[in-house]
Amino acid sequence: MHALLDVSGLQKVYEGSGRRVEAVRDLTFTVDTGELVCLVGPSGCGKTTLLKCMGGLLTPTSGEVLLEGRKVNGPPPGMALVFQEYGRSLFPWMRVGENVELPLKQKNMSRTQRRELVRDALESVGLADAAGAYPWQLSGGMQQRVAIARALAYEPQVLLMDEPFAAVDAQTRADLEDLVRGLWRERGITILFVTHDIDEAVYLGERVIVLSASPTVVQEQLKVDLPDERDQLHTRVAPRFAELRTHVYEQIQAAKRGEAEPGSPARSVT
Amino acid sequence: MRGANIALGATGLAAFLALGEAVPRLGLVKEAYFPPTSRIAEAFADELSDSTFWTALGDTLTGWALGLAIAAVAGIAFGVLVSVVPYLREATASTIEFLRPIPSVALIPLAVLLYGTELRSVLLLVVYASFWQVLIQVLYGVQDVDPVADETARSYGLGTWARIRHVLWPTALPYVMTGVRLAAAVALILAITAELIVGAPGLGKRIGVMQASQAVPEMYALIVVTGLLGLLINVGARSVERRALAWHQSVRGEVAV
Repeated sequence: MHALLDVSGLQKVYEGSGRRVEAVRDLTFTVDTGELVCLVGPSGCGKTTLLKCMGGLLTPTSGEVLLEGRKVNGPPPGMALVFQEYGRSLFPWMRVGENVELPLKQKNMSRTQRRELVRDALESVGLADAAGAYPWQLSGGMQQRVAIARALAYEPQVLLMDEPFAAVDAQTRADLEDLVRGLWRERGITILFVTHDIDEAVYLGERVIVLSASPTVVQEQLKVDLPDERDQLHTRVAPRFAELRTHVYEQIQAAKRGEAEPGSPARSVT
Repeated sequence: MRGANIALGATGLAAFLALGEAVPRLGLVKEAYFPPTSRIAEAFADELSDSTFWTALGDTLTGWALGLAIAAVAGIAFGVLVSVVPYLREATASTIEFLRPIPSVALIPLAVLLYGTELRSVLLLVVYASFWQVLIQVLYGVQDVDPVADETARSYGLGTWARIRHVLWPTALPYVMTGVRLAAAVALILAITAELIVGAPGLGKRIGVMQASQAVPEMYALIVVTGLLGLLINVGARSVERRALAWHQSVRGEVAV
């Protein structure tokens, strides 16, 4: 039995203008079907590079990414990405409904099927009546909901989210976090959520993968043994939550100083 | 505010026309070469009731529209192709920079050699001049594609053609519109020039005929017609632009969020 998503020995080196930057050194981890995994690491640790390699947008220098046992060479049909920059990721020349529907046109699907998926996806992010609006007529949080709806309608096997809530205000952010957890529980989709926010990673994830500073390796993997039912008010003040976030925080501080767990080199050499 | 502007504009125009009436009447300029406004208006009215005028207008508009259409289609197709095919832009850049500054009127002798006074003569000049206007704008527009938008499209499995259609084309459209609007003005200039110099049928040729036969007010009336044409073309292009780019931040205005 394969893991749904299998990243092994991933390395990415950028070469250009006489500079060689090793953004990602050696990453190995797996994500199983139905998991919600958070990747957290210090800023500038190559999270976006990693996500683009997984999404087939960048070719890794070495190592490979397997989705259901098949090697990712280009954007795989079973994967959807939600970007941090919702304002640039949604197309301003299309209405909300058209934005959500566009990726479905690449699949062999009847018009009624497409309409049904779009309606359903927009409904589940609470924007059922916004289909006719343009994205720029909506608030930032609503725009990111549209981007999430677009990913949901695509019915991916795995949903990759690249710091999706880094650009929205704190209250909206809390709502969106609950939305993602809710969608995960209702729909049983597999989510890999990248963030630099430790609290967010612990609050959302069933498992947290802590990355080191660049050149990046996996610093630690941590199971989040919080109850399934989580809410902003109680979960965040639970003693176990505090313990977990302290632990992750310490790991990230250690990663920044370059102290790694034995066996994994984290010193930067460029 | 808008009403006041219109009133001011109308007053200014009326003052200009009155000046055109007064200056020749007062003998400040020779009336034979600068007929007063009323005389030009009379000639203008005569022209409007003359069927050969309408034929000439039709000929000019045919050359203009056909030339502009060919230039726009060719400019857009070539611009997109050059941007999409790797290395083609670099390979063509120097040639484009060499050909672009050649004034279209320098090709008049060639046009005469090739096509004489036919419509094709006009088309050659109009297309050459307008093509660059469109092409340059398309090349700029295509470079403006947002990397995040393009990555989004790629990650959702949109192929090259789908990305051209749904990402590249809408991004470039504001530039294309500007290019076509500029080209429309240039095309009119070249159409009239070609008719005037080469003698292809149209308003330009008619202006030349009027000049040769000392029909000075009629000549002015025709010049006024070409000015009005230019004005209408610009207004038309702008209204098309506003409709097609309702989503664009330059058009959509303030949004309540």
